[in-house]
Amino acid sequence: MDDPTFSPIRWNRRTLIGAAGGTALAAVLPPMAEATPEEADAAIREMFGEIPINEGRVWVKLPPIAENGNSVAIDITVDSPMSDDDHVRRIGIFSPRNPIATIAEFRLGPHAGRAQVSTRVRLAGTQTLRVIAEMSDGTLWAGKATTYVTLAACVIG
Amino acid sequence: MIRISAPDTAEMGEIVEVKAMIQHPMETGYRRDAKGDVIPRNIIKQFRCAYGGNTVFEATFFPGIAANPFLAFCLRATRTGPIEFSWTDQHGETWSETRQLTVS
Repeated sequence: MDDPTFSPIRWNRRTLIGAAGGTALAAVLPPMAEATPEEADAAIREMFGEIPINEGRVWVKLPPIAENGNSVAIDITVDSPMSDDDHVRRIGIFSPRNPIATIAEFRLGPHAGRAQVSTRVRLAGTQTLRVIAEMSDGTLWAGKATTYVTLAACVIG
Repeated sequence: MIRISAPDTAEMGEIVEVKAMIQHPMETGYRRDAKGDVIPRNIIKQFRCAYGGNTVFEATFFPGIAANPFLAFCLRATRTGPIEFSWTDQHGETWSETRQLTVS
């Protein structure tokens, strides 16, 4: 009976408690679908189309550590004069890990005077958010920021 | 239902910051209640700010926006008049609020 090929896991007190705990946790928590980085890319394409994305001009600020993923402050600034003929038209926030990749879409224009937006987002875990800005000339610019989430949204509600 | 922070007065051409916080649970549709039933999604979908006959700022929200959605954005003061805020939930119900801006 002590043949190691018979049971790949050597059941002792520790593994048994671990397995039982894992099963109990899986039963309590609803299955949580997570978006993937590929889905975030697809969401960006759905919002902005198949246009090349340039890195730069978009500055994203997140706290380095977010204790609670249910509400994380994000500040976005886009390098733009916001004049009638040169301004930011749209801004999108995308997550590679939340259940839904698209978090928000903003529309602004020359009447805003300054391309600066702040809001608060939910984060289902440590991740790098991508922010895409569409300029009035149709070009796309991207920025990103990473935050370490110690307590993810969704898990505790 | 909404808390707005906007200046009452501004100089012509000045860029002022406007902050708005809508009181709303922004229920994601992923949470479950004590009985294990899914709590249905209930979110604010759209937010709009208009001033001087123009749309200054518009937002479309998804469940990834935190409860009591907060927004801060800017607008260029060009004339004395109302700043109008309106927001709509996923069922199409709309609310609105106005603040007066005096431009000197």
